[in-house]
Amino acid sequence: MTTTTPARLGLRTVALGYLVLLVAVPIALILWRSFEPGVGAFVESVRTPAALAALNLSLLIVAIVVPLNVVFGVGTALALVRGRFPGKGLLQAVVDLPFAVSPIVVGVALILLWGSGGWFGGVEGLGLQVIFGLPGMVIATLFVTLPFVVREVEPVLHEIGTEQEQAASTLGASSWQTFWRITLPAIRWGLTYGVVLTIARALGEFGAVIMVSSGFPGVSQTLTLLVHSRYIDDHNAYGAYAAATLLMGLAVATLLGMTLLDRKRSTR
Amino acid sequence: MITVTGARKSYGDFTALDDVSLEIPAGTLTALLGPSGSGKSTLLRAIAGLEGLDGGRVVIGGRDVTGVPPQKRGIGFVFQHYAAFKHMTVRDNVAFGLTIRKRPKAEIARKVDDLLEIVGLDGFQHRYPAQLSGGQRQRMALARALAVDPEVLLLDEPFGALDAKVRADLRQWLRRLHDEVHVTTVLVTHDQEEALDVADRIAVLNKGRIEQVGDPVALYDRPANDFVMSFLGSVARLGGQLVRPHDIALHRTRERALQLDARVGGSPGVIEAVVERVVRLGFEVRVDLRADTGERFAAQLTRAEADALALQAGDTVFAHTVQAVNPAEAEPALAI
Repeated sequence: MTTTTPARLGLRTVALGYLVLLVAVPIALILWRSFEPGVGAFVESVRTPAALAALNLSLLIVAIVVPLNVVFGVGTALALVRGRFPGKGLLQAVVDLPFAVSPIVVGVALILLWGSGGWFGGVEGLGLQVIFGLPGMVIATLFVTLPFVVREVEPVLHEIGTEQEQAASTLGASSWQTFWRITLPAIRWGLTYGVVLTIARALGEFGAVIMVSSGFPGVSQTLTLLVHSRYIDDHNAYGAYAAATLLMGLAVATLLGMTLLDRKRSTR
Repeated sequence: MITVTGARKSYGDFTALDDVSLEIPAGTLTALLGPSGSGKSTLLRAIAGLEGLDGGRVVIGGRDVTGVPPQKRGIGFVFQHYAAFKHMTVRDNVAFGLTIRKRPKAEIARKVDDLLEIVGLDGFQHRYPAQLSGGQRQRMALARALAVDPEVLLLDEPFGALDAKVRADLRQWLRRLHDEVHVTTVLVTHDQEEALDVADRIAVLNKGRIEQVGDPVALYDRPANDFVMSFLGSVARLGGQLVRPHDIALHRTRERALQLDARVGGSPGVIEAVVERVVRLGFEVRVDLRADTGERFAAQLTRAEADALALQAGDTVFAHTVQAVNPAEAEPALAI
């Protein structure tokens, strides 16, 4: 298909304009508002005890969620690619469920399950506060980030096949040695993408977390909840911009890390 | 020595191995030859322990390894598509089995360098598999399999993914390597030329069964049945009987043909045929013929023979066999 030069230029302009309007402008606006009163004001706003506590909590949740997702995600991907068992199709669908279900529904479901009066509500009596506590926020985040590692690792496992692993076994490697020395290095890029997506999503999760968090500043607010409460409850618009910029900075740093890794990979 | 007794394996309705028994003497290079789906790869993988058997036993070097996992069978295995460890250098690939066995570093380095020299990859130590050609990758895979001093070396269509020239070179090279290293080797192939070229012994498989086992000459000259005959070398059907194209003689007159044919017993007699085409293939000349019965066949003559006859398309000739090969009357196969 050949397109005339004006048509091609027109198409590019429209596509670019769409991107700028929908993505670049809002982000630029937040950055501008955050740094408008100067860098000092920004730093001060993100160094309040509540903001620091929110940052710590967000990072803590990421630190718990990522390893769990790596272990269970790789396990699930292996089962889905290599395993032959009844209900495999169902498992495939269940893995995709978090993509389809609205996070707020997840929050409600978790309250029903873990809240007082829920099936597992009894754990509160044992002194474990799930809903309105850290465990609830972790479980909610686990739920929404569950598909990322599985779906990134799965195609790589398909692609590498099992011959390398069979070769390792004929050379004397046990299943465990084969996994660490052959399988894991072979899927490491898929796994890295999965982890990056998990981090970005875990940092940004709002709907599910707000349902299961008590939302006390300095105690149970993640960065997204901090942005929300500063804007809605405190009418502190500037504080919300600053916190949003911090959140965005973390996400950009994650993406940047991935891009650097990607470059390293393609040059080898 | 490898002994397989009564091996049986099915995948659903498909029978891959149907009561296969085979003995592979120590130090030989044996080819498992057969069309796809004949069970040759399944048999090899069963010897390696990569495939479990539904029934039967596998004994390697006097040790019953039927239930033993591949790690503990003392084998080296080479895959058709190399199965190179892509994230490791050539050196680490070859060293893998020794690293797993926690051999001293100096010993590993020495052994890997020796092997890379043997397989002609000296100087490639720090390359990655992606930076090697197909033939080089397969030689690396061979070095990797040999590094652990396997009791038997198992090769699953090792040259199947390579182009014709490299394939021919590598099998010559494999033969020389085998003459140096003397490790009992089993090679799976569907290429009869490859089997005839490298192997001391050939086992022909068809539909999960062994049709015949023997040295290449015996299989070619005294095939146990039509299948073995048509799978090893080309055949022509003359008067309802399978013969080798180079065992067909052509004459200008019926009398001369009858005279010479009478000396050979069990032949299909003299067949009158019309020359359809004469093809010169270097030293050999292939004559495409149509018998008076309508049957088409090809005869293979030397250039001198063809020149003496001065054959042209449309000529009528009289064909007979110079050596009767009747599978039914051939010596019994060496199968066990």
